[in-house]
Amino acid sequence: MCARVGVLALQGDVREHIRALAELGCEPSEVRSAADLDEIDALVLPGGESTTMSLLLGSAGLLDPLQDRLRAGMPAFGTCAGMILLAADVADGRRDQHRLAAIDIGVRRNAFGRQVDSFETDLDVAGLDGPFHAVFIRAPIVERVGPGVEVLATVRGSDGVERPVVCRQGPVLVAAFHPELAGDVRLHRLFLAAVPLPHPAAQP
Amino acid sequence: MRAMEASGIARHTGTELVKRGLAEMLRGGVVMDVVTAEQARVAEEAGAVAVMALERVPADIRRDGGVARMSDPALIEEIKAAVTIPVMAKARIGHFAEAQVLQALGVDYVDESEVLTPADELHHIDKWAFTVPFVCGATNLGEALRRISEGAAMIRSKGEAGTGDIKEAVRHLRSIIGDIRRITQADPAERYGWAKQLQAPVALVHELAETGRLPVPLFCAGGIATPADAALVMQLGAEACFVGSGIFKSSDPPRFARAIVEATTHYRDAQIVAKVSRGLGQAMRGEEASTVETRLSERGW
Repeated sequence: MCARVGVLALQGDVREHIRALAELGCEPSEVRSAADLDEIDALVLPGGESTTMSLLLGSAGLLDPLQDRLRAGMPAFGTCAGMILLAADVADGRRDQHRLAAIDIGVRRNAFGRQVDSFETDLDVAGLDGPFHAVFIRAPIVERVGPGVEVLATVRGSDGVERPVVCRQGPVLVAAFHPELAGDVRLHRLFLAAVPLPHPAAQP
Repeated sequence: MRAMEASGIARHTGTELVKRGLAEMLRGGVVMDVVTAEQARVAEEAGAVAVMALERVPADIRRDGGVARMSDPALIEEIKAAVTIPVMAKARIGHFAEAQVLQALGVDYVDESEVLTPADELHHIDKWAFTVPFVCGATNLGEALRRISEGAAMIRSKGEAGTGDIKEAVRHLRSIIGDIRRITQADPAERYGWAKQLQAPVALVHELAETGRLPVPLFCAGGIATPADAALVMQLGAEACFVGSGIFKSSDPPRFARAIVEATTHYRDAQIVAKVSRGLGQAMRGEEASTVETRLSERGW
C-alpha cells in the first residue's frame, strides 16, 4: 500500500518532483483542481514562480480546500516557490500574494540576488548522513522562524548572516533550494516519513 | 563559471545545472514581451513567469524595418526595477558584446534572437563563456542541438515572430519533437547518420535516443495570439510559451495576458480554455506568415 502523493501542477518543475517520488516507489499524481486534491494524502509544492502559482491557486479554486487540508494536518513538502507558498509571511511578493501559512516562517523572495548569483553548494542537513548537494535558483531566504519550527540546514546569506534553508514544522517540510534537480531523494524520503500510510521506501 | 568561497564552503555560479534549472522553473508558464515598466507590471499582475524587456515588440520591428539592436540599458533597468519576476533581454545573433552588456546589467536570461538583426552570419555566441543563461530559437532539431552544444540552456521554437500566425511555430515544434521521436526508434548505428544529417554532435544524439527529450527545456515562441494557440502548442509538446506581440497588440492586454496564462496551465482542459476565451475581445490582427517579406525564422545557422 503506497501513500497517495500529489504534486501541485499549476506551473514549475513538476516533472522533477514526480521523478524523485517515483524513484521512492510512489505513483504521484498531478494536482490542478480541488477534485484532484481529494485523491491525495500528501502534497509536494514544486519550484517555479510563486507569484504565478499564487494567482493560479486562486483561479483554480484550490486555495480554500488546500488551506483546509493543510490545517487538518496533510503532510506537505515545498521547494523554493513551494516554500514561499507554504510560509506564514512573504516579503517582496505580489500585493495579493496568498499565504497558505502551513509553517510558521517568514520568507523573502529572491534574497540571494538575480540569476547570475544563483549557485550550487554542499550543505549539512540535520538527520541526513553526508552533505546534500543543493541548487539555489533565485532562491528565497527564511528571515523569521516561529516557535515549534525546526531548522535542519542553514546557509550564509548575502548579508553574511546564517539563514535557515531547510525547515520543518510537524508534517510540513520546506527547502529554499531544489533537491528535485540534483538527483538526491533523501529530503523527499524525509517528507514521506511524515505520511501516515505505510510506504516501503519511507522506512529507514 | 565561478567558484566563490563563503562560509568556507564552495559556491558555484553559472553552472549548467543552475542555468538549465531556471528554465525548468519557468515550465508551464508564459514569458511576455514588454516595452515599458508599466507593461511589465501588467504582465506580472496577470501571472507571467518572466518578462522579455525590449524596445519594440516584433510586430513593430517588422513594420519599422531598419536594423534592430539590443535595447537601451536604461529601459532594461527600469523594467528590472518594476517587477520581481525574472527579466530577459535580447542580444543579436553572434553579438557577444551585447550579451556581455546584458550580463553586466544583471538580466536573468539572454535571448540570442533572430528577431534582432544578426551581427554574425556564421557564428552564434559561445554561451559557455557566460554566467547568465541563454535561450535560443530553433526551427528544427539540428539547429536546437547546435545551440545546445554552444551552451544554450533553453530552446524555443522560432515561429514567425510578430505575425500572430501560429503555423510556423507548429511546424517547428512538430519537426523538433517528431525527429526526437524518430531518433528514439533508431538503432545505435543509425544515430551516426542522424548526427550527420542534423549537423549536430553525436553525443547529443545518443543522449536524445536514451532520454527521448532535449537535455534542456523546449518552449514555444513566434505567433501565439490566443489562449487556444497556447493550448495547441502545449499539447504538441512545448513546455512553456513566449508571447511577443500577442498580448500588447490585442484589444485588452491584461485580459489576454491572464487568459493565456490560464490556458497554458490548463491546456488539456478545453472547458477552462473556453471559459477564458469567452468575450475576450480582438486578438492582434496579425498577418499570414507566408506573405511576410522578411522571414525572421531563416536567421540563424
